[in-house]
Amino acid sequence: MRVILAGQGRIVYHLARQFRQKKMQVVVIVPDEEEAHNLARRIGVAVVLGDATAPRLLEEAGALRADAVLALSPHDEDNLAICQIARQMYQVPRVIALVNDPDNEEIFHRLDVTVAISVTRILSILIEEQAGFEAIGQIISLDEGQVTVSEVVLRHNAPAVGLRLDAVALPEEALIGGIVRQGAVVIPKGPTVLQGEDRVILIATDDCVHEAIAVLAGVVEE
Amino acid sequence: MNPESDGPEALQDVLRLADPTATLVVVGCGRLGAMLASQLSRVGREVVVVDRNQAAFALLDVDFSGFQVVGDATELEVLREAGLERAAYLLVMTEKDTLNLMVAQVGRQVFSVPQVVARVYDPQRESLYRAFDIETISPTSLTAAAFLQRTLVKGGG
Repeated sequence: MRVILAGQGRIVYHLARQFRQKKMQVVVIVPDEEEAHNLARRIGVAVVLGDATAPRLLEEAGALRADAVLALSPHDEDNLAICQIARQMYQVPRVIALVNDPDNEEIFHRLDVTVAISVTRILSILIEEQAGFEAIGQIISLDEGQVTVSEVVLRHNAPAVGLRLDAVALPEEALIGGIVRQGAVVIPKGPTVLQGEDRVILIATDDCVHEAIAVLAGVVEE
Repeated sequence: MNPESDGPEALQDVLRLADPTATLVVVGCGRLGAMLASQLSRVGREVVVVDRNQAAFALLDVDFSGFQVVGDATELEVLREAGLERAAYLLVMTEKDTLNLMVAQVGRQVFSVPQVVARVYDPQRESLYRAFDIETISPTSLTAAAFLQRTLVKGGG
């Protein structure tokens, strides 16, 4: 797997390190010289110094053979440009962008960005939902935000705890894609019984995601 | 050829062709954006100027009669406030190519503005704009052409 990371700061450093540990081929594009040296020295990844929105730079970083490009700059316009150049000029199969203004998430999807991740939105969801003491994190948003993948942590007294999956009355357009139980993945089947502290991966359309969360975890208090 | 005196008359001619009631939105109030917005306002056009920096509007004519919107044009809210939903023309001319590219695309795709023109400095990026069907004007290419023309005309004459 060949991945190009474009951006700056801690997020690029930690992602590069993680990808490298997973034996992926990582090339990082950073605008700052000191940061470039630092990345090369400390993680040993290939580094290209410069502005990732300049078409030539992506090519230099190996965009023609890359499996994915991640655009992680603090500017939405730059992340969009990086993704679009990668798609249009170098046919990179997966382009992933950090979206700073959550309103831009949908626009990015419309403009050919494979995955747009809004940290602002993830954090605000976490904070809003945690006010109601359930940990619910939206992991990704698919198909122009119409389908979301969320992680729902079940409290011990959550309504779905103790029920078999086939007895959980989920709405039509929601399904459980997996359960993480004590660090291991449980493949969800009809007879699987939900337990407290299960982390349920929920895939649902926007229309019914709240109802599905309510069925699993109870009504989230405002 | 003096563009200062030549500009407004040429503009008058061009404007006579287009619908006089149509609203224009100019994003980026630098020297170029301010000049254009001022000229359009002078000939009685309805103009909205957007810039993230309030101080930039000082470049406009003192009697500029259009609207001024302060804000980051990558935010949908700001573009909505600028009335992009009703605009017939969108001229994107900030100093930043990637910003121009994004705003131009949002103008087309989200607000369905019929006419969108974006400024692009880096000629390498022009092909990308074209791939997205956005009309561009490149000051770099235009200036290079003008310099070349002058030089050749002088040298060859």
